[in-house]
Amino acid sequence: MRTVTVLALLAVALLVSAAAGILVGAVPIAPGDVLSALLGADNTSGTIIRELRLPRVLGAALVGGALAAAGALLQGMLRNPLADPFVTGTSAGASLGAVLAVALGFEPVLVPLAAFVGATVSIALVWRLARLGGRTTVLTVLLAGVVLTSFAGALVTLVLVSSDRLALRLRAVLGWLQGGISVISWSELAVAAVVVAVGVIGALLLAPRIDAYAFGEETAAALGIDLDRTTAAVLATTALLTGAAVAIAGLVGFVGLVIPHALRFVLGATHRRLIVASIPAGAIALVLADLGARTALAPAELPVGVITGLVGAPFFLALLVRSRRVIV
Amino acid sequence: MSSVVALGIRAGYRDREVLRGVDLVADAGELVALIGPNGAGKSTLLRVLGGLLPLTAGSVTIDGIDAAALDRRAIARHIAVVPQVFETLFPFTVREIVALGRTSRLGPLGTLGSEDARAVARALGDIGATDLAERRIDRVSGGERQRAVLAMALAQEAGVLLLDEPTAHLDPAHQRATLERVATLARTRGIAVVAVLHDLNLAAAFASRVVLLADGAVVRDGDVSHVITPELVAQVFGPGLRVIAHDGRPFVIPEPATLLERRARAG
Repeated sequence: MRTVTVLALLAVALLVSAAAGILVGAVPIAPGDVLSALLGADNTSGTIIRELRLPRVLGAALVGGALAAAGALLQGMLRNPLADPFVTGTSAGASLGAVLAVALGFEPVLVPLAAFVGATVSIALVWRLARLGGRTTVLTVLLAGVVLTSFAGALVTLVLVSSDRLALRLRAVLGWLQGGISVISWSELAVAAVVVAVGVIGALLLAPRIDAYAFGEETAAALGIDLDRTTAAVLATTALLTGAAVAIAGLVGFVGLVIPHALRFVLGATHRRLIVASIPAGAIALVLADLGARTALAPAELPVGVITGLVGAPFFLALLVRSRRVIV
Repeated sequence: MSSVVALGIRAGYRDREVLRGVDLVADAGELVALIGPNGAGKSTLLRVLGGLLPLTAGSVTIDGIDAAALDRRAIARHIAVVPQVFETLFPFTVREIVALGRTSRLGPLGTLGSEDARAVARALGDIGATDLAERRIDRVSGGERQRAVLAMALAQEAGVLLLDEPTAHLDPAHQRATLERVATLARTRGIAVVAVLHDLNLAAAFASRVVLLADGAVVRDGDVSHVITPELVAQVFGPGLRVIAHDGRPFVIPEPATLLERRARAG
C-alpha cells in the first residue's frame, strides 16, 4: 500500500516537474502557447518547445532515471550506500568513450554505444583493481574509482585539445562534460531511451538476486547465487545505464547516490521496489536540477552537474562520516 | 534421506593448505558438532561442505549426489548455510531476510510464489520469530538477528544445515535456546546438521556426535564422552582445561594458572 502511494506521488511529481521544465525557459512563452506548441503549432514558440525544451526535459528525465537505477544496483551489490556510477569512475569511463567517438567522427547515434563501451571497460577495471586484495570493499572500489576518474579525465582533456573536430567546439564539449544537457536531438534521445529501457529491464530482473547480497558475497553464494555471472550482469547493466546517461548529459554526479539512499528510508531495502521508485525519483531530481541550471543565472546557463555536485557532494560526505565503520 | 559425506578433503587458501585429508559424515537427524582450537580448519571444512571453497583433493557427496556435478543453485537446494551474522546497513525486514532463503527457487522473473510464502511463514514459525517478521533487521537485538538468519536457512528447505558458530555473540540463555531449536529440528525434520561450536560444553550438551579437528585433520570422531576426554582436551587444547563428568556427560572447566600451581604444590 505504501509502495503504491509513494509511486503515485512520484508519478504526479514527475508530471508537475516535467510541466515546469517545459513552461520555464530563457524565452518566456505563455502556458497557452506552450500547449498549442505541443499540439504542433508552426511558429517560433513551437520550435522552441518541440525542438529544445521538450527533448531537454525528456533527456534530463532519462538521465536521472538511468543514474538512479544504476546507483541502486551498485549499492545493493556492494551492500553500501556509498556507491554510484560517478564515484566508481564508470561515468568518467563513459565520457572518455563518448569523447573519443566524437573526436573520431562517429555518427551521433553511435555516441551512446561508445559511452557504454567506455563505461564497461572502466567498471570492469575498477572491479579488478578493487579485488586485488582478495575481497572487494567499498573503500577499495572508491579508491579505484578516484584513480580511474582522474586517468579518464586526463585522457579526455588530451583528446579534446588534440582533436581538430573538438577544439573548435571546446566550450560546448566542456559544458556537456560538466553535465550539460544541451546537445540533444530526437534521434539521440530515441537511441538513449532504448538503451535505458534495456538497462531498466535488466536491473529489475537482477533485483531479487541483489537482495541476496544482504549479508555479503559468501552468504549470497550459499543462498544459490552464481557470483561471477551475477556480478558480470550487474556491472554490464550498470554500464548500459551509465553509458546512455553520459552520452546525453556528460558527468552528472551524485543523483545515483542520493536517490536510492533516500528512497530506502521510505520504501525499505528490497531492490525491485527500490529500483522501480528510483527511476521516477531520479528523473524528477534531474528535471528540477536542469530547470535550476537553466534559470539560476539566466540568460547564462549552468551545467546541471554543477547543481547536482553542489547538492550531492555534502550529502556524500555526510554518508561517509556515518558509515565509516563499515566501509573497510 | 538427507546426508552429507566428505571424504579425503584437502583444501585451503592460496599458498596455505588448511585441511589435510579430512573425512566427515552427517546423516539425517544428526547434530554433528565440529570442535577444535582456533585455526584447526573448522570453518574451512564448513565452507567446503557448502561448496563455497574448491577442493584440491577428495569429494563431497550431498544426498547421494557428487557435489562437483551441481551448480550453486542446485547445491543451495540441498545445503543451507547459516552465516555468522554480519551487520547489514540496509533496512530489510525480518520477513524479507527469511525470504532470501528462497533465492535458489526464484522463478525466471525472480518472483516468489505462494509455495515460497508458505515456506517463509513456516520457517518464521519454526524459529518463534513470527512476531518479528515486520521488524527491521538492523533494529532487532543480536539474538533476534541470529534467529532471523536461522529462519532464512530453514526457508531454504534443504536437508543439510551448516552452522558456523551459531552461538557467538549470544548470552547463555540464547545459546541454549538456539541449539535446542536446532537439535529439535534435526530430530523432527530429519535434517543433517553440522555446527562449528567453540563452546565444548554446548557441544557436549546438544550434539549427537562430536568431531574433534586439529591442524586440518580429524583427531577423533564419535560420542561426546569418547571425544571430549581429559587426555584429548589436554593434547589438542593444551593445559588449563579440566574435564569432569557430570550427569553422564563431560564438562570442561577452565582453570587459572594459580590454581594449577597450588594443586601441584599440594601434591
